[in-house]
Amino acid sequence: MTAALVQLTAAQAGARVRARELDPRELFEAYRQRAATDELNAFTWVAEAPAAAGPSPADAPLGGVPVAVKDLFCTEGVPSQAGSRILEGYRPPYSATVVERLTRAGAPLLGKTNQDEFAMGSSTENSGFGPARNPWDRARVPGGSSGGSAAAVAAGLAPWAIGTDTGGSIRQPAALCGVVGFKPTYGACSRYGMIAFASSLDQAGPLTRDVTDAALLFGQMVGRDPRDSTSLKFPEPVRLPHADSLRGFRLGIPEELTGTEGGVEPGVRDAFDRSLELAEKLGAAIEPCRLPHAPHALSAYYLIAPAEASANLARFDGVRYGLRVDGEADLLTMYSRTRAAGFGLEVKRRIMLGTYALSSGYYEAYYGTAQKVRTRIAQDLHAVFERFDLIATPTSPWTAFELGAKLDDPLQMYLNDFCTVPMSLAGIPAISIPCGLSDGLPVGFQLAGPAFSENRLFEAAFALERAIGYDGSPARG
Amino acid sequence: MTEARPVVEGANHTVAAADGYEPVIGLEIHVQLSTRTKMFCGCEIRFGERPNTHTCPVCLGLPGALPVVNERAVIFAAMIGLAFGSDVARRSLFHRKNYFYPDSPKGYQISQYDEPLCRGGRLGDVRIHRVHLEEDAAKLEHISASGRIHGSERSVVDFNRCGTPLVEIVTEPDLRTPEQAREWLTLLRATLRALGVSDVDMSQGSLRVDANVSVRRAGSRELGTKTELKNMNSFRFLERGLRAEIDRQLGVVRAGLTVEQETLHFDPASGRLTTLRSKEEAHDYRYFPEPDLMPLEVGDELLQAARSAIPELPAQRAARFEHDLGLSAGRARELAFRGELGDYFERVVAAADAAPAPELANWIPLLVERIGSDTDPAGSRVAPEGLAALAAMVSRRELSRDAARTVLSRMVEIGGDPSSLAEREGLLALPGGDGQLAELVERAIAQDPGAAEQVRANNMKAIGPLVGYVMRETKGRADGGEVRRLILERLAPH
Amino acid sequence: MASELSHVLDHIEKISELDLSDVPPTSHVVDAATPLRRDEPEPCLPREVVLAGAPEPVGDGFGVPSPGAAPA
Repeated sequence: MTAALVQLTAAQAGARVRARELDPRELFEAYRQRAATDELNAFTWVAEAPAAAGPSPADAPLGGVPVAVKDLFCTEGVPSQAGSRILEGYRPPYSATVVERLTRAGAPLLGKTNQDEFAMGSSTENSGFGPARNPWDRARVPGGSSGGSAAAVAAGLAPWAIGTDTGGSIRQPAALCGVVGFKPTYGACSRYGMIAFASSLDQAGPLTRDVTDAALLFGQMVGRDPRDSTSLKFPEPVRLPHADSLRGFRLGIPEELTGTEGGVEPGVRDAFDRSLELAEKLGAAIEPCRLPHAPHALSAYYLIAPAEASANLARFDGVRYGLRVDGEADLLTMYSRTRAAGFGLEVKRRIMLGTYALSSGYYEAYYGTAQKVRTRIAQDLHAVFERFDLIATPTSPWTAFELGAKLDDPLQMYLNDFCTVPMSLAGIPAISIPCGLSDGLPVGFQLAGPAFSENRLFEAAFALERAIGYDGSPARG
Repeated sequence: MTEARPVVEGANHTVAAADGYEPVIGLEIHVQLSTRTKMFCGCEIRFGERPNTHTCPVCLGLPGALPVVNERAVIFAAMIGLAFGSDVARRSLFHRKNYFYPDSPKGYQISQYDEPLCRGGRLGDVRIHRVHLEEDAAKLEHISASGRIHGSERSVVDFNRCGTPLVEIVTEPDLRTPEQAREWLTLLRATLRALGVSDVDMSQGSLRVDANVSVRRAGSRELGTKTELKNMNSFRFLERGLRAEIDRQLGVVRAGLTVEQETLHFDPASGRLTTLRSKEEAHDYRYFPEPDLMPLEVGDELLQAARSAIPELPAQRAARFEHDLGLSAGRARELAFRGELGDYFERVVAAADAAPAPELANWIPLLVERIGSDTDPAGSRVAPEGLAALAAMVSRRELSRDAARTVLSRMVEIGGDPSSLAEREGLLALPGGDGQLAELVERAIAQDPGAAEQVRANNMKAIGPLVGYVMRETKGRADGGEVRRLILERLAPH
Repeated sequence: MASELSHVLDHIEKISELDLSDVPPTSHVVDAATPLRRDEPEPCLPREVVLAGAPEPVGDGFGVPSPGAAPA
């Protein structure tokens, strides 16, 4: 019974609950058990039972289908650690706006998922609570930083999940785990209650089994929040997609992001090319395009994000909450020992990098210049979208790598984000859908569009997804 | 903390002018705004409450919290800028000012940096450099014998105050003496109070002043190295601190040495200046634009709301008192720089019909003497109409000045109208035509023939003792001018 | 750590080779003014909740080493 339940998409399960064919408590318990016996270390916390609050699931838009939530979303009374020891056991007195919206829409909290510490990483190996594993091959990483969410959905431990994407942290793990991952237009979803990494880049988004589930979940997350000054009113209702062709879509393929510059593996390139052929058969007009500043996007990102992070993480000082080390020593010692003990290596690296980029005398050369590169990248994309509706790239240059394989050289790890960072810098929406396997490992296909083009994105992704006919069930066991 | 630096004990006045040096003073003022809620969150601002009872995730700096700008704080800040005649920027930015301290929960303060809300302007004789918005820090209490930071091992943090809106006002270095600084601050305080944007109470911390001080050769256009004087609790202490620091700097330059850039604290009890921070420890705040807030835009509507909320300000009122009502410059400032005094005075003028305003103005300080400088005259028992009537009685010579003062004191105690009070207490002036006065004049002359002789010889100084005799005999009820006239009439033959 | 950071910076520094002379910096991708909140009170957190995670609650406040104490 449970095995059959787990094969349903979230939309299908929700429809059954609303039709009174399925008991939401049975649905919750089926997933809860799977999450509680998780061997992938995808979860850092699992609920004992659905929280009492919320409308009757049978009448709610999301039909009582439980959702896994990345650890860095504040969930009231429930550990919210952002994957870090400095927040081990921290239980916030409030919940993130998007979590509240999902609960009210009838998606109860299933559990909190593992992640790279403070969303810094592309493999979930930077988690303070051990790495998560890829359900396709447990010796490999699920990607990051939302690796736990991606693994949970891929393995059928959760019907759907939410994560955050700053430079690719939803899309890349989705690609490596063979699920759908979506990053909205910057400002579409509220950041209130999302433990901040890089404020001008962070966005919440869904990780789901298919595009319909992604649109369904996003539709309940989206909307202006008076508590988040950067959040915007989404200009139109979010629609569930149903396109069966790509006629009328002009697809641009940026040369800088699809060639060997980013080190795209042959297997990934093949899967990508096959998908482009399918897209053409579906009626899309496909042409190459140029994003001249895209090769510098990673550099700009690795100055802007750490700079903002260095300030966002300054609040972890052992004074009001979280870890405190050597509180009986003097103030400076307490600050430095607390942060030395509480932060992992990658976080420390980025804080140093960010502090340096903002320092007096260096600001113009580093942070200031990176902000100008950001302008250029946004301009490049804007120009492309005058000729094209969407652009397409592989999501990740390679498939899931082995645990430990890219820990020696930070630059190698940063290159994971080569294809995803430009969209983050420009604040435009992008979706990754599984487009096939390469040596038995999933490959992701990324589509991106101009700001607020979510509905068009979902339509294109939906049509392509149907044509591709990807089957993710082997990972669900 | 480094050890105290022995001070050149401040002389009573600077001797700069004497050997060709002049002090140069600029002020940095922080004003706590009297909005209902904090700068970036909806926590109500309350003082004196139990610690940590007015906080939320935003002002506590909890993970995931985000700031949202208080509209009224922006209006208040714009009002301040408009009152100074500053340029109010249509678009300004918030920046993060990064530093670690227990009173700063985020590890950065949201402030404004190179695109502030207001630039330029002036108040009185001092030009304004800029005005910007920021948030206040938490309150840090040090557990030690003295309650001060030195010698304490532990501190306790209360976040009730954290996040209160602050406006920072920076002046150009236009001030030249500590006295001038104190006077200007009095005008600033009166202006902010008239605007109704702050309680501006230094003892409560709603007004904080730091000073930048340097010295240079008189007539020079360049600025010397400046030191910063912080944490002074009253205008008087600030004046003394400035004097001490100026004297210290003069001592340094006269000895042929150079002034070092540093931050100092002045202890009024001991008169000593202590170094808080030397130049090497100066902070790099790594300012960058606040990503959680978009640019602050001040539109026509907000600017109009700010403009229409500005009442007549002290400087303007003083000018009006001087030019339209004929008060002396000094009296005009005295009455205009305290809102309640000015208000009360105008009501007296209105009640007084045709009486000249300068004469009425002279009665206000006498009233203030009697009710205390902290009391609002409108709350006293002396109605403006009563004071006007009292003044009228004196000009009609129904009451001598001395008697009128006594009547005023009675009015302060029990209220009532001056005419019936004076009558009841037997203070009404002795009329000049009454034989009583003439008789007293005779007696005065008789008891001091020498003085009388002097007066006859046109030495008017001698009339004093004669008048004084009559005043004493009448217990001040006689009108001094009238007595003098009678004496002259009697003594000076025509 | 230092050598890793140097290595990263070497790569990142290539952006200085770009001609960005007339390019305005992007501080915010959203082209809008910051929203203004009405000056109306909202509920505060109860004190017990505020102090719940405090590493060193002292009475009603958060205990910390004093900034004025000499370094150990």
